Amino acid sequence: MKTDDLVNLLASGAGPVKRHAVTRRYTVAIGVGAAAAILLMLGLLGVRNDLVDAIRLPMFWVKLAYAAGLAAASLLAVLRLSRPGARLDGLPALLAAPVLGMWALAAIVLADAEPTQRLGLLLGSTSVSCPFLIAMLSVPMFVAALWAMQGLGPTRPRLAGTAAGLLSGSIGALVYCLHCPEMEAPFIGSWYLLGMLIPAATGALLGSRLLRW
Amino acid sequence: MNAIEERLRALLIRGLDGEAAAYRVFLMELSAHLRAFFRKRLASLPDDVEDLVQETLLAIHNQRRTYDVDLPLTAWVHAIARYKLVNLLRRRARRELLSDPLDDERDFLSSTDSEAAEARRDLGRLLDRLPDRQRLPIVHTKLEGLTVTETAQLTGMSESAVKVGVHRGLKALAALIRNES
Repeated sequence: MKTDDLVNLLASGAGPVKRHAVTRRYTVAIGVGAAAAILLMLGLLGVRNDLVDAIRLPMFWVKLAYAAGLAAASLLAVLRLSRPGARLDGLPALLAAPVLGMWALAAIVLADAEPTQRLGLLLGSTSVSCPFLIAMLSVPMFVAALWAMQGLGPTRPRLAGTAAGLLSGSIGALVYCLHCPEMEAPFIGSWYLLGMLIPAATGALLGSRLLRW
Repeated sequence: MNAIEERLRALLIRGLDGEAAAYRVFLMELSAHLRAFFRKRLASLPDDVEDLVQETLLAIHNQRRTYDVDLPLTAWVHAIARYKLVNLLRRRARRELLSDPLDDERDFLSSTDSEAAEARRDLGRLLDRLPDRQRLPIVHTKLEGLTVTETAQLTGMSESAVKVGVHRGLKALAALIRNES
């Protein structure tokens, strides 16, 4: 087939393209991924039984804002990286901001605490399971995000896979906040982050293999 | 060069709105730019140039909804062309052949080459390998110029199945190209 014939083939009958295709695809993916994570959390873990009291504490909202901030920043990165040639600009800084904020808070908490209590603040009582449960809750969103990305045009597949993984990790963490009883910044700054980094690293590894087009 | 960017961008936007004629001109003019871009960078693989032009055109078509109309066209097209070029070189495992840097999107539209060489890979033959539910919609609507409704009547498929068949068929064609070379 000659190139001119190919051009004719592609152009003939090519109807209008729906605008905002990228945003719509991720709206669907996040809807499905977040709903599935909530169902998983309700079915396997359950909501923390003191949730009614917890929502009166500022730290509960700080924790939510931390996960939501990371989710928003990684969503912006995912949207950019799904389009060929789009630039990240200041997004790495935006991604770092919630983490650095939580670390600053953790430093203050640790500095104020008695030396003997510091390890307890860092480890809490669920540090062994926390990262894995967050990673588990992120699985549906991970699949949905990669599905959405596959149909678009990521030209930097490893970076795109990392961003998709971070998005699913932070949505998993956001949902996990409703179950998790931990309220100390040193804990959240480390184990939550580790939990979110598991899908991010998985995305980096799988990105160049799965995101080919 | 800004004039070319503006012209091609306007053509693509009209194409995205459903104006097939403008879209055809866009693809036609773009293929000359792609050819010049690839020929300069594949000096030692001249036989691959036309195949890569076709593969890239197909990718641009399949991915056309990822173009953000508020952003420059050059960056988008250059990123796709560069992605396809790097993939080809990786497949050939001869990245050392690359003498020119690839990160030069600014001069992307500055050269054209309208002398198409013969493609080595026959897309028509690859098209024949697609399943009927994808091949027939493409052949009828895109090669024979039938409407979606006519194709639906002729094949007994529903109209939405015809549209989906075209869309998935062109994606499957891109996957066949990727896997065969």
